[in-house]
Amino acid sequence: MYRYDEFDRQFVAERTAEFRAQVARRLDGSLTEDEFKPLRLMNGLYLQLHAYMLRVAIPYGTLDSKQLRMLAHIAEKWDRGYGHFTTRQNIQFNWPKLSDVPDILDALAEVEMHAIQTSGNCIRNTTSDPYAGVAPKEVEDPRITAELIRQWSSLHPEFTFLGRKFKIAVTASKTDRVALRLHDIGVQIVRKDRETGYRIFVGGGMGRTPMISHELRSFLPKEDLLPYLEACLRVYNLHGRRDNKYKARIKILIHEKGIGAYREEVEADFASMDRSTIAAPSEEVARIAAYFAAPDLEDRSAEDVSYHRALKTDPEFAMWVERNSFAHREAGYVATTVSLKPTGGVPGDATSEQMRAIADLAERYSQDELRITHEQNIVLPHVALGDLYAVYRGLRGSGLDAPNKGLVTDIIACPGLDYCALATARSIPVAQAISNRFASTRRQAEIGPLAIKISGCINACGHHHVGAIGILGLDKAGVESYQITLGGDATETAALGERTGPGFGYDELPGVVEKIVDTYIVQRDGDRETFLQTYRRVGMQPFREALYAA
Amino acid sequence: MLLDKSGEIEDHWPLIADSDELPDQGYALVPLARLDEAIEHDRVYLGARMPNDAEPRDLIHYFGRLGLISVDFPSFADGRGFSIAARLRDLGFTGRMRAEGPVIADQFGYLLACGYDEVAVPDDVAVRQPADQWISQLSRVSLAYQRGRTGRTSVLDQRLSAGH
Repeated sequence: MYRYDEFDRQFVAERTAEFRAQVARRLDGSLTEDEFKPLRLMNGLYLQLHAYMLRVAIPYGTLDSKQLRMLAHIAEKWDRGYGHFTTRQNIQFNWPKLSDVPDILDALAEVEMHAIQTSGNCIRNTTSDPYAGVAPKEVEDPRITAELIRQWSSLHPEFTFLGRKFKIAVTASKTDRVALRLHDIGVQIVRKDRETGYRIFVGGGMGRTPMISHELRSFLPKEDLLPYLEACLRVYNLHGRRDNKYKARIKILIHEKGIGAYREEVEADFASMDRSTIAAPSEEVARIAAYFAAPDLEDRSAEDVSYHRALKTDPEFAMWVERNSFAHREAGYVATTVSLKPTGGVPGDATSEQMRAIADLAERYSQDELRITHEQNIVLPHVALGDLYAVYRGLRGSGLDAPNKGLVTDIIACPGLDYCALATARSIPVAQAISNRFASTRRQAEIGPLAIKISGCINACGHHHVGAIGILGLDKAGVESYQITLGGDATETAALGERTGPGFGYDELPGVVEKIVDTYIVQRDGDRETFLQTYRRVGMQPFREALYAA
Repeated sequence: MLLDKSGEIEDHWPLIADSDELPDQGYALVPLARLDEAIEHDRVYLGARMPNDAEPRDLIHYFGRLGLISVDFPSFADGRGFSIAARLRDLGFTGRMRAEGPVIADQFGYLLACGYDEVAVPDDVAVRQPADQWISQLSRVSLAYQRGRTGRTSVLDQRLSAGH
């Protein structure tokens, strides 16, 4: 895992001190409210419906037990005893007092964390694959690149006042677990003729105008990454629309200008800039890479006796293993998903006690490492099979044992009208009602992989466009109305969902989802055909008939 | 208020509006539309004033005649001017660069790092944020991960020389 050196530490300390001074200058009138707002946002502080919300960065979703315990402590001391993990691998606290925020930032700095650029019109937290360093066919650990981007993008003088937010994701696997094609820039680490480099995508995004990104470069030499990103951002900063915030993301620029014209201008800037002053020196890349060297895992047997006994004697454990495990590149190990989606729960929420329980398990059984996923779950990346039953029992004691990774109850939902000032409808209670409706683990397993994603407004924080079943909550003359889309996909087969037709009322939703699921079960060609495969084969018609037949 | 990293400075560049007559000598800051006419005035120290939607590449063939380029910031939140400066510097402009408009002291370091030398802010900003706030901003954040254009060493450079 990356560790701060004295420079990183000083950088964060100066930034925290700067924010304290900015708060003071707001209070003495040096800064107007309009001037203060983007400075506050750039430090992760939102004004929500009922209170301030502080979003803390978890770079590429990786953290250790000490950091998670600090998040638990912050939740307990300055919030209401829980935190909410987000779709961009961050955590947000929903109830901090403004006057406590500088102290919270100091506490975060103690464990090498901060809230810089988790909000505002700047380059946001760079996200990556939760199975980085675990996935068997990965080209290399993508977090080396993500950390390079994190440093380069931290308070970049040219790009802190962009037209709109800017999100970058990095993966090194063909299997896309980062929603690569739905990011402003997606960086895929690839190998070509024995050389490792980057495939660059640009112009993806969700929001009110969802778009899947275009390939900008099929192969970029590694040393060119930062200068090339600088050129990409420069062209966006110069030409992205500023007249309408809803048309200000780079996806709109690419759409209006065309990928060819955009590419031409990027290449021109790339050619004229002094790349050597921007590119990271190879010593720095090597320094970062050393932090992400594979952990020294002791040899553990894949035939562990206690593990196989537990599989035979505890069917709930067996189901959890089958559902929540991911094959590790080391024999005898798995990466296991800790579901933050218990039946009827709030997707992505964890209490302080739960965070501490997970931190303890990570410290003892997973090389002291954790990952936050964009599906709002937590991964313990390096668990020996022989320890898996102990991990399971530890999680079960804290209500963290839901065997539902990727299933119908593993729902992504935005905070919605319960917290958010932008929301037009509730999303959390919708997720809870659907989760309760499909509570039976046997039934979930029968249905198989099915991603439900719920947004409480058109800004699509709940990723509804790429849900196999997407739910978008709108306000129709003071009444919540929910539009349903089908067929969305955030992976390497990325697709945007298609609307079923007129929306549905809040109370109808669990029934609507059930009708869709039942239609799939009837239509599917054998129980191995997934919802998305069936949908792609049979199309919208049978679902429409089921939903709208008189 | 016009200031650079040393504090408040005197403004030598009178703005020549669209309808004003160009001087025969001395300094003149002219709008882009009058550049072709202005470069004929050999003895004038010429500055160009550009809006933030103008293309920096269009100024390349004037570079040898321009002592100053002043870039308009219609609002502190409109960050196009940061990239205009960066592109002008990359294209080889070595004269003085000014950011003109209601930018704020908190942006001073970023402006300098992008290639600006000076900032001209309207009175209402200068009243709330006098020169000392701008100067102290520069010492508040001493580290950056990017080299920028002020000759500073980046965190990455410092790591190298510290033997990390």
